[in-house]
This record gives sequence, C-alpha cells and structure tokens, in this order.
Amino acid sequence: MNLRRDVFQAIADPTRRAILLLVAAHSMTAGAIASNFDTARPTVSKHLQILTECELLKQQQNGREIHYHINAKKMKEIADFIEPFREMWDDRFNKLETIMKKYQSKK
Amino acid sequence: MERKTKIDAEEGKQELVITREFDLPLELLFKAYAEAEIVEQWMGTKVLKLENKQHGGYRFETSDAKGNVVFRANGTIHEFSPNQKITRTFEMENTPFGVQLELLEFEKLTDDTSKLSIHVIYESAAKRDQVLQLPFAQGINMAHNRLEDIVSKLK
Repeated sequence: MNLRRDVFQAIADPTRRAILLLVAAHSMTAGAIASNFDTARPTVSKHLQILTECELLKQQQNGREIHYHINAKKMKEIADFIEPFREMWDDRFNKLETIMKKYQSKK
Repeated sequence: MERKTKIDAEEGKQELVITREFDLPLELLFKAYAEAEIVEQWMGTKVLKLENKQHGGYRFETSDAKGNVVFRANGTIHEFSPNQKITRTFEMENTPFGVQLELLEFEKLTDDTSKLSIHVIYESAAKRDQVLQLPFAQGINMAHNRLEDIVSKLK
C-alpha cells in the first residue's frame, strides 16, 4: 500500500513525468537526462532516485555508464491507477464547493 | 490532506461510483448542477445547451486559448427531480469512449452538508478503464508539452 502511494507521489510531479517520458523514448544516462532540463543536476538526481525507488525506472550498468530505462511493467500498472481520475473530480468538486459558498454569502 | 472524493471502481466491472460530501446545503449543491452559468464555472466548460427536464438534453464545449474546440460532450436527461436525482447520458464527442449512463443522487446530511453519489455505467469494462486512465494520459501529455516548451527554448 505504501509503495502504491509513493508511486502516486512520484507521478504527481511534472518534472518526473517529463523524465519518464524522455526515458520512455530510449534509455539514457543521468547526465543525458539532466541536459534536457534547466533544473540543477542534483535536483534531477533526486528525481531519478525517487523514480528508481518506486521501480518506475531501472538502472542498468553499460560498461562504465549507468543507463536508466523504463520499467514497462510498473508503468502499465500505474496506467491502471485511478488516482489522477479521482484528483480530477476532487478538483472539480472543490471548485463547485468554493463557488457555491460565495453564491451563498452573496444572498 | 483529507480526501473527500471517493471513487469505487471494482476490477472487471463496467461501472463505477463517485461519492463526495459537501459543506453545502443540499439546495445549493443541486443548484450547481441545475444552472448553466454555475455549471460553466466549476466544470470549466462552455454550456451551449442545458434543458434540465425529462426528455431534455445538454451540450458542453471547451476551447483552448486559440479558439480551437478541444472538448465537446452531450447527453440526454431522463429524470430531473430537484434536490434528489438526475438521470442522464454522457458522451464525449469524437472519442472512442462511447455513451455512459449517469445516475446522480443528491442527499441531505445536515442543514449545512450534503452528499452526491454518481453511479456511472459504461458500455464495457474496457471502456470504463479507458476513461479512468484518461487523466493519467493527459498528465503525461502535459508533461510532454512542457518538455517541448523547455526544449524549444534551448534551441
């Protein structure tokens, strides 16, 4: 259960989603991934660490380099997750509640 | 953070239930569904038509900043019982998701709180799962667009 929640947190961050997308195209080294972002290298490393801990990314030793690649099985699993769907409705209903509270106080 | 909206979607079923409790009197919650100008505000879409009555129907349309239509939906209202129940269909146009049946039940909890349950039935379990995955896919797309923005700035 804890792992599941961590996965949600992992994909909630737009930079981490962008990293997943990049690596989905082809496996890359940390340096190559970082070069796609304006963010500081240690920040990107932290994102990579989180994604690896959630098993969304896997590390593979290629000679002296470590390449990151997508863990397709895990990605497929999160594609089934309903959390983003729930969040969409929660946002909508929060908005509804805010609007109607204002409406009420105007009366 | 407290999670107020619940989604109950059993695996392999072609239906799901969305439930939410509101800090709003029942009448105000229902009003948010009944009046077009209010629906527009919280759904974030333009309401082209909203005939809330038996044999009525509705049409929604959303455009992007450039005026291109990015979302179009419509449905038929089968039952409209104020402060109790709305039964309607929902169809996203130009998508493969088919038509879904929605049963919305409005319930008074206290004088100031209320509850909404939406029972949604899809054409098949596979279609339900596609719709469930949509916001996740859009999240990935948004990340992609952001990435394209970043990359284009680098050039």
